[in-house]
Parts: sequence; structure tokens; C-alpha cells
Amino acid sequence: MQNQAEINRLKDVVQQLLDEAKHQGASAAEAAFSVDNGLSVSARLGEVETVEYHCDQGIGVTVYFGQKKGSASTNDVSPDSLKETIKAACSIARYASEDEYAGLPDPERLATEFPDLDLNHPWNIDAEQGIALAIECENAGRAYDKAISNSEGASVNSHQGTRVFGNSLGFLQGYQSSRHSLSCSVLAGNGGGMHRDYWYSVARNAANMESAQLVGQKAAQRAVARLGARSLSTRQCPVLFAPEMASGLIGALLGAISGGSLYRKASFLLDALDTQIMPDFVRIHEQPLLKGALGSASYDAEGVATQARDIVNDGILRSYVLSTYSARKLGLQTTGNAGGVHNLTVETGENDFAAMLKQLGTGLLVTELMGQGINRVTGDYSRGASGFWVENGAIQYPVQEITIAGNLKTMLRNIVAIGNDVDLRGNIRVGSILLEQMAIAGE
Amino acid sequence: MPLLLDQVKQSILVANGLQPQEIDQVMDTLLSAPLDAADIYFQSSHFESWSLEGGIVKEGSHSIEHGAGVRVVSGDKTGFAYSDRIELPILLEAANNVKAIVRQGQQARHKIETPKSWTRLYQPFNPLKSLDDQEKIDLLKRVDAETRKLDSRIEEVMVSLVAAYDNVLVANQDGSLAADIRPLVRLNVSVIMVENGRREQGSMGGGARSDYSYFLENDRALEYGREAVRQAQVNLQAEDAPAGNMTVVLGPGWPGILLHEAIGHGLEGDFNRKGTSAFSGRIGERVASDLCTVVDDGTLPGRRGSLSIDDEGTPTENTVLIENGILRGYMQDKLNARLMGVKPTGNGRRESYAHLPMPRMTNTYMLPGISDPEEIIRSVKKGLYARNFGGGQVDITSGKFVFSTSEAYLIEDGKITRPVKGATLIGNGPDVLTKVSMVGNDMQLDSGVGTCGKDGQSVPVGVGQPTLKIDGLTVGGTNV
Ligand SMILES: [Zn+2]
Repeated sequence: MQNQAEINRLKDVVQQLLDEAKHQGASAAEAAFSVDNGLSVSARLGEVETVEYHCDQGIGVTVYFGQKKGSASTNDVSPDSLKETIKAACSIARYASEDEYAGLPDPERLATEFPDLDLNHPWNIDAEQGIALAIECENAGRAYDKAISNSEGASVNSHQGTRVFGNSLGFLQGYQSSRHSLSCSVLAGNGGGMHRDYWYSVARNAANMESAQLVGQKAAQRAVARLGARSLSTRQCPVLFAPEMASGLIGALLGAISGGSLYRKASFLLDALDTQIMPDFVRIHEQPLLKGALGSASYDAEGVATQARDIVNDGILRSYVLSTYSARKLGLQTTGNAGGVHNLTVETGENDFAAMLKQLGTGLLVTELMGQGINRVTGDYSRGASGFWVENGAIQYPVQEITIAGNLKTMLRNIVAIGNDVDLRGNIRVGSILLEQMAIAGE
Repeated sequence: MPLLLDQVKQSILVANGLQPQEIDQVMDTLLSAPLDAADIYFQSSHFESWSLEGGIVKEGSHSIEHGAGVRVVSGDKTGFAYSDRIELPILLEAANNVKAIVRQGQQARHKIETPKSWTRLYQPFNPLKSLDDQEKIDLLKRVDAETRKLDSRIEEVMVSLVAAYDNVLVANQDGSLAADIRPLVRLNVSVIMVENGRREQGSMGGGARSDYSYFLENDRALEYGREAVRQAQVNLQAEDAPAGNMTVVLGPGWPGILLHEAIGHGLEGDFNRKGTSAFSGRIGERVASDLCTVVDDGTLPGRRGSLSIDDEGTPTENTVLIENGILRGYMQDKLNARLMGVKPTGNGRRESYAHLPMPRMTNTYMLPGISDPEEIIRSVKKGLYARNFGGGQVDITSGKFVFSTSEAYLIEDGKITRPVKGATLIGNGPDVLTKVSMVGNDMQLDSGVGTCGKDGQSVPVGVGQPTLKIDGLTVGGTNV
């Protein structure tokens, strides 16, 4: 469902921006206008805590004077402000250096087909209903187990927005999309043995979210499971990344094969195209046109058509992740990834989570990672972790205050199995990942 | 002060067509409900960034944003709405929406405006205008050229320069108006060096609530370049880091993110009011060795984490968090202070008008001790000397925190020997400071690069500490 009148209203503004850029002397320009409205409510200990009404809008423009580039943005869409914004961008472009790679995409790369991706499902929920749902969610968490001792509350978010993008090559497109979520965070235990955990559900269509009951219960279940957590002694052992953590691992890979890291030579996967970077059973591909998915788009942030394509297959790196600029720097073609990937999907194996645990045998199941200890240049990896110690495929006890370390190059090659327990809440769709061995530091 | 107030009224209200007396109409609408507190936060921000890589200044951007946030508080309940249009009908509608949350509360009194006074900690200038655009470009190019000269192994230099000019006006339900003009600048240099196919990175930056001249004083900008190169040189020699629990010596300055993560977040008022922090209910208890005194000080002139007034109009303070090892206080905004029956400490901060304020840190640091830093190193038989860090994170409920080294060395027999690769350190907030056995006399604040994230809101902060010796922290290397 798309409100064409609203899209057209934004298109008019974007066209005005492009016209004004031309008027001020720019040889080329692109502009975006987005409007987002939303409601967030939270409840804690059975009562409403906050009600927030969101209403954001913003425009952004990039202008080119030949090979020189400048950008500007504002949240003031009055005619005077639009002119001033273009002026600011033009002023920057005049001072910027000539960059032979700068410029709009090649016209033949621009998207020409715009299928309805089923992204817009406004949710007619008012503050009262949102509060009731948040309370129901939190109650389910608090009632789940006697060990639940406190709560950070539950929240309901609903956002709906319109986005229009255009450039001076004649591209002018817009669409509406929605995003709704439900989350809960509760505490188990007391004093020094207190633990918190959370769960959330997110979807384009509120009807596809997990129920308030389930979200609350999962949050509670996760918090209770942490009770009695202890450290481990320093050792080497196999590590199973739960799906939510596995997506971070794939995200690190993605960072290393992104154009910006590659042309800056700030990647541990330089010159890795067409080489084996993972075991031969691994296939990673982009699915930009999935209906109703969180990462779907028919064109990227510069209007280039997105592509359903393999990034890794048979474990071999088949494609980088490029925008027009980074592609030109590398002497390649854009892959339609200005602004990121669209539903990056890691093909799963046969194993469900229980089978993955069994395959882990004796080792560490990681359910939370802390800190940013990833060096994209060298691939060195060291992060705080918590999770569970597993023996013979059965969870023994929760662990915390440990680190896991390795190097991403070897970690990616040492993937033993990928589960079919896929987490669909993000733009990276992957199940749990089992690694042969990592270094664990603890007490 | 009145001049500053008039200037801000002009730049935010009048420029958008709202007369200052119309604030009263919005406030009257809010106050028609029985509530405990209400405020309207007006903001106008200018921001710019310039970046250089591959020897050319290829990108620059500029942004202007303004808006107003309307908040009512009743008990522990908050209603909030904001708009990017600072116009009376829009603000009245926002006021009507948010007061629906109020079902009970004290009738807040609308007192007559009483001027508050506070010390101005930075000049109210617009840093974007402190150099003209050509001079900004020249500065970036000079840093690039001078940095490249330092080592033939340098493959890439990236330099970025950013500035923000933030005008804020807070109207409170007591009729008071508080205004602030906040400049903020930052410059960052990172380099990539290659030797025998090995590639390493180094980076250094700094900033202040000042203008661009800050980077020209004492050749600071060039100094960042030298420091980035030095770090990359060290990293080219680094061996695998050790894994396990060991004595760790933290260098002075930026390693103070230990304090920010390990105890700072856990001492924010909201978590403690709700009882969700590992430090909840522990005022008066020992949480550190008696060598440790830690403060959160928003009153340091010109510092990145400093504010003349917080985002609720409360003047910032120097708040003692831990005194000689004993937990003394929490950091508070107005809501949590009222509910806990204490005074606000000037820690009510928000990312922008579109976000709700909450208790946040300013500049968090440990006061100097008496030990000579070299004597601290000499006292360690085997351990890790961590000189520089990247970021960190904390789980305030379990107290577990991490921070990752970006420059570290082994200590063997009282001497700093070989550099080791970056590793994450993990510990437990409520007891890590009880293991502090030596505190150096070399207290340093960081160079002005910190950004703290909480509930999706980012705010600039500072940290600092003297050299510290911790008898046992888990080091997450690969060398098991
Ligand atoms: Zn923080």
C-alpha cells in the first residue's frame, strides 16, 4: 500500500532541489527527502513509563562541479532553507579537490524496474493500545519465573515513512515503508548475581511480529538462564555462535569486502576476489527483492539497480560490495550497494540448533558479545563474551567474563557448520555458526 | 549572561518566527494538567565535516538542524513530542498530545522568572567560521603532507575535521529560561603502513569546546599525525597478545575509559533508581581500593565533555563518585534526582531536541596518586602495559565491562619489553577498582575524542586517569 500523493509531494521538493542545484551552477546533483512518523511507548512494572511521538524529516543533497563534490543537509524544508542548503553544498564543492572518480552513477546502471516490495504496513495503534501491549509483554516476562526480580520494561515502537531520491540524470523515485517492533528487558537474581537479558521482534507488518507474550517470555527465559554464570579457565575450544552473534561475524566479513575498506587498503581480505576464503559448502548471496523483508530495495542509495547475486559460493569470494565511487576506484562496476547490502543471506545446512549443539560437542556457545575488538585491517579479533559451556551436546552452565579471540581470516576458513536456525530480524540472515577452535581467556 | 540569552532567543526563536512570550502559551497548556515537571527544549545546530584521503580533500558536508522538544513528567511517567518546526500552533499541538500521559501529580507552580547564574566554560563563538574554507583545506593538506614525510612505509593517510555550533534554550515550568552556546571541534588522523606485506593502522585525534585555532596551537594537528604514525610503527612490530588473567598497568589519559565503562555507567541515577545497576543501593560501601577517588566533572573549561549547563538548564558540577574507595554518589538528572530525593547534579543530557534527557557522564576521571609511573612498571614481574585503547562497553546489571587495547606491551621483570596486538580486556565493575594497588602521580585527561552511547543517544564525553596498576584483569589475547 503506497500513498502516491505523499510520494509526489516529496518528489516535487526533490525536483526543486535538483533544479536549484542546476540554477546555482552545479553540473550534476542528487537529492533525497525523507519523512518519518512514529510512536514509541514503554511500560515498566505494570505502568506506562514514557510516551514519545516522533516526527522527523530531512533533506540531503550532493552537488558536483565537474569532478568536485559537496554535500549538505537540513531538517528545514522551507523554500529559503532549500536554497541555502544547495548554496552550502555548492560552496563546499568549489573548495573540494578534483577527484577523477567522483560523480553520478553511469546512467545504464540506474534502476528501471520498481516492483512493489510490500514494505508499507502502517499500524493503527494509539498510545493507549501501545501501552496495553507493552504491559502485556512485560507481565509475561515478569510472571515467567520466580527468579525474575526486576524489569527494565517493555516497549512498543511503530514507524512509518516516505523516502524519495532523485538525480540530475532524470532518476526520481520514492516509496513508503513501515517498521514496527516490540521489546522486553527483565532482570533475574539479586545483588552480585543479578543478570539482565532482553528479546525483541521487528517486522514491516505488525501482524508478523512475535506475540507480546512470547517476546516477554523469551526475555525472561534468557535472563534466568544466565543465573549462576561463572568464568572459564583460559583454553582453546570449539565455539558456536548463536544466530544473533553469527550475524556479527558475517558483518565483519562484509566490512572487509566493502569498497571503502578495499580502496583504502584497510581490509584483511585485499586481493581475495576469486580465492577461497571460507569452506566450500558456504554460499552467501544478496536477495534485494524479497517481499516484506527488512532489507529489501529495488535501488540503492544512488539509484543504482540492486542485484540478486552470489557474493561467496563454493567458499570462493565471487563479488565485492561496491558503490559507484568505490567501484571506479577499484576499476570495477558498482554492485548496487551504496548505503549497504539488501538481505544478505547465508545458505543454511540441515542442522537445527539442537543438532548444532550436538555437533559442537564440548565447547562454548556464545550468546552475547561485548566491545568492538575487531581490527578490519589485520583481521585480529578479540571480544568479551558470555554464553554457555556445553559438554557432549548438552548445556552445562552459563559463563561470563571471558573473551574469545582469533583472526577473522582463519575463523572464516574454520567454519565447520551453519545451522538453519536463521535470525530474520536484521539485514544479515544467518543461522548459528560453528567454528573449529578459538582462544578463550578467563580466570 | 543576559546577552547570551538574548542572542540564543534571537537565533532559535525569532529566526523561526516564534515570539519569546509565546513560550508561556505553550507552558500554560502543559501546566493545565497536574504534573511534576515540564520543559521545552529549543535547539539550533550547525555542523560541518571535511575529509582528506589519497592526498585530496574529496568530501565535505554541511548541515543545519533545528527543532523543539516538549516534555511533561508526572511521577515517573514521561510524555514527549518534538517538531522540527518551531511554530506556535505545532508546539501547542505537541503540548496537548504529551500532557495526556498525566493522570496524577503535584500541581507544578509557574513561578516568576528567576535568573540563575553559572560560569561560562567556553566562548560562544561559531567554530565553523573560525577559518575560511580554503584555510580548512590547507590545514588538512598540511597535516597529510607532514605526516607522509615521517615514514616511507606509510601507504595511506586519512584526515578528518569536524565542527559543531549548537545553540540551546531550555524553558522550565518554573518560568526560568536557560541558554547555552556550545562550540565543539575535532580533528582525527589515521594512517596505514605496510612492511613486508604486513599492514597495520594507527590513529590519533583530539578536540575541544573551542574553534579551529585549537588545532593550530602548539601544532596540535601535526602532533596527532606524529602520534598516529608512532602507533602504526609499534603495531607493525606487535606479536600475539597473551590470554588469561594477569596484572595490567594502564597508562594515563584515554585508558580512563576503564572508569567510564567499569563504574561510570553503573553510577547513573536512572539505573540506580530502578535498582538495575550492579551498584544499586551501595552508597557508603567500599567499591574501590582506598587509593581511588573518582569524579565526574562537567566544569572543566573548554573540555569536550564539559557543559556550562546541562540539557535541563542545571549548571554542571564536579560530583564525587568514589572517595578513597567509598561510593559517595550517583549522577542525576532532574527526574531521577526528584524520585530519589536528592539534588540534580547537572548530568541531564540529551543528543538533541528529538531525544529525551537522561543521566549521562561529562568528564569522568580519577584523581592522581603518589606513585612514580616508572616505579609502577618496575613493580610488575609479568603483566601487560596498556597504553592506548579503542572503545568499550558495559552491562550495568551484571557489572561486566570490556575495553580493547590499541597499543599494548608485555611487562617482563619490571621492564616494558615487546609490543602485542590489540586485545579486549574484560572485568567486573564493582570489584575491578578494589584490585587497584598503585596509582600514579601523572593524571592526564584524554585528548578530546570520546563519544558515549546510551539508549541509542550519543553525547561527547571526556575521561582521564593517572597510571594505574590492577592486580588481575582478564586479557583476551590469542596466546593461550
Ligand atoms: Zn558510555
